[in-house]
Amino acid sequence: MSRVLGAVRGALRAALVPLLSVVCGFIVAGLAVFLSGASPVDALVALFQGAFLERNSFTETLIATIPYIFLGLAVAIGFKAGLFNIGAEGQFYLGAIAGTYVGYSLHGLPAIVHIPLAIGAGMLGGLGYALIPGILKARFGAHEVITTIMLNHIALAISDFLINRGPMGDPHASAPKTPFIQHSAELPILVPDTRLHLGLVLALLAVPVVWFLIERTTVGFRLRAVGLNQTAARAAGMSVGWTIVLVMAMSGTLAGLAGADEVLGVSHFMPPSFSIGYGFDSIAVALVARSNPWGIVPAAFLFGAMRSGAGFMQLQTQVSADLISVVQATVIIFVAAPVLVRWLFHLREKAPIPAPLAAQEGAVV
Amino acid sequence: MDLVVEWGEVHALLGENGAGKSTLMNVVYGLSHPDSGEIVYDGEPVVIRRPEDAIRRGIGMVHQHFMLIPPLTVAENVVLGHESARLGMMDLGAASRMVRELSQRYGLEVDPEARVLDLSVGLQQRVEILKALYRGARLLILDEPTAVLTPQEIERLFEIVNNLKAEGKAVIFITHKLAEVMRIADQITVMRRGKVVATKAPGETSPPDLARLMVGRPVLLRVEKGPAHPGEVLLEVDGLTVEDDHHHMAVDGVALAVRAGEILGVAGVEGNGQTELVEAIVGLRPARAGRVTIAGRDMTHATTHRRLHDLSHIPADRQQMGVILDMSVADNLVLPTYDRAPFARGLVRVLDAIRSFAARTIKTYDIRVERPEQRTGSLSGGNQQKVVVARELATDPKILIAAQPTRGVDVGSIEFIHRRIVDQRDRGLAVLLVSSELDEVLSLSDRVAVIYRGRIAAVLEGDQIERERIGLLMAGAA
Amino acid sequence: MTEFFQRADLVGLAAATLLAATPLVLAALGGTLSERSGVVNIALEGIMLTGAFMGYVAALATHNLWFGVGVAVLSGALIAALHGVLAIEFQVDQIVSGTVINILAVGITGVYYRTFIQQQNVAGPGTLPTWKIPFLANLPILGPIFFQNQFVTYAMIVLVVAVHLLLFRSVWGLRTRACGEHPLAAETAGISVRFMRYGNVILSGALGGLGGAYFSLQQVGNFLPNMTGGKGFIALAAMIFGKWTPFGAFLASLLFAASDALGSRLQFYGIKIPYQITSTLPYVLTIIVVAGAVGRAIAPAAVGRPYKKS
Repeated sequence: MSRVLGAVRGALRAALVPLLSVVCGFIVAGLAVFLSGASPVDALVALFQGAFLERNSFTETLIATIPYIFLGLAVAIGFKAGLFNIGAEGQFYLGAIAGTYVGYSLHGLPAIVHIPLAIGAGMLGGLGYALIPGILKARFGAHEVITTIMLNHIALAISDFLINRGPMGDPHASAPKTPFIQHSAELPILVPDTRLHLGLVLALLAVPVVWFLIERTTVGFRLRAVGLNQTAARAAGMSVGWTIVLVMAMSGTLAGLAGADEVLGVSHFMPPSFSIGYGFDSIAVALVARSNPWGIVPAAFLFGAMRSGAGFMQLQTQVSADLISVVQATVIIFVAAPVLVRWLFHLREKAPIPAPLAAQEGAVV
Repeated sequence: MDLVVEWGEVHALLGENGAGKSTLMNVVYGLSHPDSGEIVYDGEPVVIRRPEDAIRRGIGMVHQHFMLIPPLTVAENVVLGHESARLGMMDLGAASRMVRELSQRYGLEVDPEARVLDLSVGLQQRVEILKALYRGARLLILDEPTAVLTPQEIERLFEIVNNLKAEGKAVIFITHKLAEVMRIADQITVMRRGKVVATKAPGETSPPDLARLMVGRPVLLRVEKGPAHPGEVLLEVDGLTVEDDHHHMAVDGVALAVRAGEILGVAGVEGNGQTELVEAIVGLRPARAGRVTIAGRDMTHATTHRRLHDLSHIPADRQQMGVILDMSVADNLVLPTYDRAPFARGLVRVLDAIRSFAARTIKTYDIRVERPEQRTGSLSGGNQQKVVVARELATDPKILIAAQPTRGVDVGSIEFIHRRIVDQRDRGLAVLLVSSELDEVLSLSDRVAVIYRGRIAAVLEGDQIERERIGLLMAGAA
Repeated sequence: MTEFFQRADLVGLAAATLLAATPLVLAALGGTLSERSGVVNIALEGIMLTGAFMGYVAALATHNLWFGVGVAVLSGALIAALHGVLAIEFQVDQIVSGTVINILAVGITGVYYRTFIQQQNVAGPGTLPTWKIPFLANLPILGPIFFQNQFVTYAMIVLVVAVHLLLFRSVWGLRTRACGEHPLAAETAGISVRFMRYGNVILSGALGGLGGAYFSLQQVGNFLPNMTGGKGFIALAAMIFGKWTPFGAFLASLLFAASDALGSRLQFYGIKIPYQITSTLPYVLTIIVVAGAVGRAIAPAAVGRPYKKS
């Protein structure tokens, strides 16, 4: 019994700083709202209402959480290996494109075949797109922050080219979009009369898989070693280059899966500009969770709730949905500088928690 | 903590690694702050908070690891922080001239326009001394100045120190080398574990006496070992040519052979190609030409991973290359073997096997740690090094490359590590020992190779091995 | 006849290139100063966006474009100071810190865009006037390119030279370079690494803020969310390509700007590539540069590593 209590206490202690950081984030955001002339309390209430209390709000919040889980895991895997994968956004797009294509172009397949195919295509799309910055980094030392951000912009252009009166565009539609996917590719709904789809199950399954991968496999060990000290890892015989490529591949697979999942589960088609800033959001999710796969779930839920409620908040209180970004940024500040939170709340000095990113030698930036 | 230094005197501060000498001087120079006590300078108590304060009072310090900016020129480095300028724009011509004047006055010849990264270590040290003199130093603190010099360069340094003394300046000479202290110092203060243990003039003492004061018990200056019984050649390099990071030739056609059951020591001043040689053998740096043969197989183009099947490597830089500070001791103990049985079955790690291996190893090597899961960064330097040594010997290699195996390690651990290496040698291990500590090389090696400017100057055996001769070879003068 | 048109087009292309290079150069100059002192600054995108926004709001409120420019510079410096505090005081990973600034900038400008700009039905303050330098503006070819520009572009040209002198001829520059290569050595020479890094980061913010003013006060005369469109990151690539020197950054930025200007002109030259693809030219170029396909540059040795005084 005391073992369980000890574990619970340990988890709580680990979650304390992130939790308080979120609180601080909201306080600062509230200040920003106040300065813009609106009422922070109204905004917060509207946010909460929009996330949980309106009709189907709760399931909508869960739906918004799904991509954050996948993307948060994707970014977290990168962090553990010392890589900053901002390109989750672009990989998300490529996954969505691939999944959508398989979703609408294959006819007459039973769902049990079509769905895995489409999902698999999404994973491959994300994987392939992530290999570009991965190989560039491993082979040429190209800093992944710049390459992935460039690739994000390129992904947007590719998407626009393909869908906006392009090869993947629906010729009969008035607004640019892809054709609807076949019914056989749609993800089954979990709760009737809602949009909550199978993706939630997949996302929740991904968490323990990723945890096991990182903590209990040789691949994960290598990943962590490279992330903490590349020099020592190399001296011990580990191939840093291959590890980087592998990690980007895994990260991209998850991001691509998120993209395909969104199309197959929610919209059932793809418009040219598909993401609403998932890329940066997921960085915040991973940072708040301190790259811990289990922590990703509550963090993803928080951001999902914020996203889900933001639209309602904007309608009710005229406060822009961009406020979410302000919350995110402040939360990251507090999480990344735990000293601030400790000072504010007079917490005791704990054992140092290693930063998510090790200093990178040979970094070009 | 009591120390008294007079003007016009060379005062040696003697102690082992970690005795507190550098820390004490850092306080005097303003890089650290004392918890209590006072500094009395020129008869007045002073407070020194930053290097600025120390410099203003005429205190200059030359660090063991040079504080020079490699891409900048000598003149730029010397004037940094005390630039002569008009409206914020520098006058580099004037700086150059001043540097030339100073260097001629004290016999520190160096070209003001040269870039520091192009200079030899001995010349870089001169730049450091010039820096201090340019700022009007009257008290000069030299921290382990001879660690990176050849015996001949050390002679030049002693001349310079005497020049400074003649001008009435005071010099504090931090070192752990007994012979030098006896030669150059007017007063010797011995420190041990952060305390001053004694202050004597050279006439009042002797090296064994000083050694005893330094460590508090009779020191085994040499490890006991029987004669070697060398077997077949296990490691061979032939015509090995390796470039350094700046594309200069660091290793120039080196040929070496190490047999089973012998220790081949490579003596040399740091910076003569040893690092690149070791890296090329281990596979961390590509060879431009030549061949590396490990256990009879040509491994010139093999990955480090493959080489580590027969070879083990104790890296020179423990914290950068040896251990991963943020990982547990157990994880560090399996760093090169994490993906092999019994520590892994396929892709899955077998935590029990790792744990029991760690427990056993910690016991055998007397590694001071509470639990195997403890973070390696919390261990002392000596214990961290024991982790590395334990790990590398545990794989039962045929060859061991030990680079600076006892740098920054306490005396007790040094003895332990030396003992283990000799024991393994007796069991047939081939050891390539690379060390800048001549004593270590002399004490452990069966044969000694001397490396100078990337070439093997000579390989000595038996009674050819003697200090003087090696010193000359290290300086390329024989 | 076609020859004449071709030539006119080239001049136009060159003028457009110099113009488009303006924000890139300014941000790259800022990045150079910051990184030379040892602080990675990927927040340039956010800094420019902030400058664009704050400058526009100020100009809108006072109907004074010059006041707007001043506010742009100041706000850039301030938000860069935040990056400095996070990176230097709290030793937060500099990439995380820079990303935070970028997210914050998007968030804050987005939120306040609604309240301060969208709601206003006031006429905008216009754009900065074009100044033709007497006599020089009439020179063939050189005239239209260099001497018929607006303030921010002129400032950019002057600043390239100024930053070069600052970095390589002044005391400030020497100390900055020392801090970026070997902060411990600089500290022992009596230099406050903290002060130098803060100073350079704030300067980089001021330069970035001015670059932001280009977008809202020189080019468009309005503020649109995310109007910087990734230029801050392209500027980083220009900085690397230019080997962390001001003139290098200038030339590299011209290259990137040219690819941008060229991309939108390819249609006129009769090349039938879809505009979305040609619009990716600067991004692709950035990737190629950063991958070192054009020669690997060596960054200041201590860049990106927080300096801890023991």
